[in-house]
Amino acid sequence: MLADSLTMLLVLAGAVFFLAGAVGLARFPDPLSRMHALSKADNLGLGLIVAGLLLQAPDWRTALKLLGIWLLAQLSAAAVTQLVAQAVVRRSARGAQTR
Amino acid sequence: MSLALDSLLALLLVTLALRTVLAGAELSAIIGFISLGLVTALAWVKLGSIDVALTEAAIGSGATGFLLLTTEAALRRSRFVTAPRIDTPESDLAPQGEDPGSPAAGPALAAITAGAVAVTVAVALLTLPEPAPSLSAPVVAALPTVGVGNPVTGVLLAFRSLDTLLEKVVLLLALVGIWVIAARPARVADTVAVPAPPGPLLLLARVLPPVGTLVGLYLLWEGADAPGGAFQGGAVLASMWILAMLAGLAPLPRRDDRRLRLVVVAGAGLFLAVGFAGVPLAGHFLAFPATVAKPLIVAVEAAITLSVAATLALLVAGQMRRPGA
Repeated sequence: MLADSLTMLLVLAGAVFFLAGAVGLARFPDPLSRMHALSKADNLGLGLIVAGLLLQAPDWRTALKLLGIWLLAQLSAAAVTQLVAQAVVRRSARGAQTR
Repeated sequence: MSLALDSLLALLLVTLALRTVLAGAELSAIIGFISLGLVTALAWVKLGSIDVALTEAAIGSGATGFLLLTTEAALRRSRFVTAPRIDTPESDLAPQGEDPGSPAAGPALAAITAGAVAVTVAVALLTLPEPAPSLSAPVVAALPTVGVGNPVTGVLLAFRSLDTLLEKVVLLLALVGIWVIAARPARVADTVAVPAPPGPLLLLARVLPPVGTLVGLYLLWEGADAPGGAFQGGAVLASMWILAMLAGLAPLPRRDDRRLRLVVVAGAGLFLAVGFAGVPLAGHFLAFPATVAKPLIVAVEAAITLSVAATLALLVAGQMRRPGA
């Protein structure tokens, strides 16, 4: 009973961060700030959802898999954000040069 | 509650599909296509077909998306193959984008055909009798004779194994077709390796492949009793190899590499061999003797996984090194 209500609270909090990330993606002016908003969704949002689901995991193997999913998602999101940011900076530098 | 979620998912699918079709730039359309694949995978999960969802995410969204992105990049590069100088006046530049002479009849015809197919499928689904005719009960009843717990694997590798065998051959033919078309010598710029791999890409390519290989093999092993299987495992393995190739940490495959060709053929080859062995041992082609059914299925699945991994990676990697390069 306690676990269920905690799960709902944590998953709801995670969903709020996802919503914030989506709103940031839609409303922020340039690509770098949009990625900043998205990274909140990936780290905190997914982390809160995984924390909520951990309370519902039937055994430690499932719990470890959930944690593994969170860590892998963070790793790939962080690397991809860096790559996109580098591409954005390169493009704006090239644009400034040819002007 | 479930109806609300399903309606939301359906609405998302249609909106995303429209967004993809009506996108102005090719890159936006490709990105829309990749996201559409992922949302479709969610829809498959909602329908209870997790194996199909895994394949949709890996192949339909991942591999196809990668192919489309590299193609778009190559096309974009070739449009500037004689790069216009910065001071060329606008009027002298060749027209980019849509050829004004092409009629709009093509897309309109495609839209009408797709709509007609969708309406037909919807009508057929909605007028099915209740309960809908299905073979799931006989399949589940016959599963213990095969020894696997996942009915999808049972159907793919035992009850309808001929279809799976033909699929593997078709995959092989697709690879041969691409090799024939892409036979001209590759410029380094055409290969999939990134010229100066940035730090984060190197990090991913160093950390992910061990984990990804484990996940791929796990998917293969679990496919016997839970959603998973040879194709999904092979797709994950292929993506790990591609990642290593992208970052330059693995050499591009050579065009005349005999061991690679052997691996590519091994899946369909072993499947055929087991099929023919079924004639003397169990009565007819592709029949498994009851005592060794499960080990045979696992062996064939392992060979298929390696073959699918090699074939997918080669399909997506495109140009390979010339012999001696």
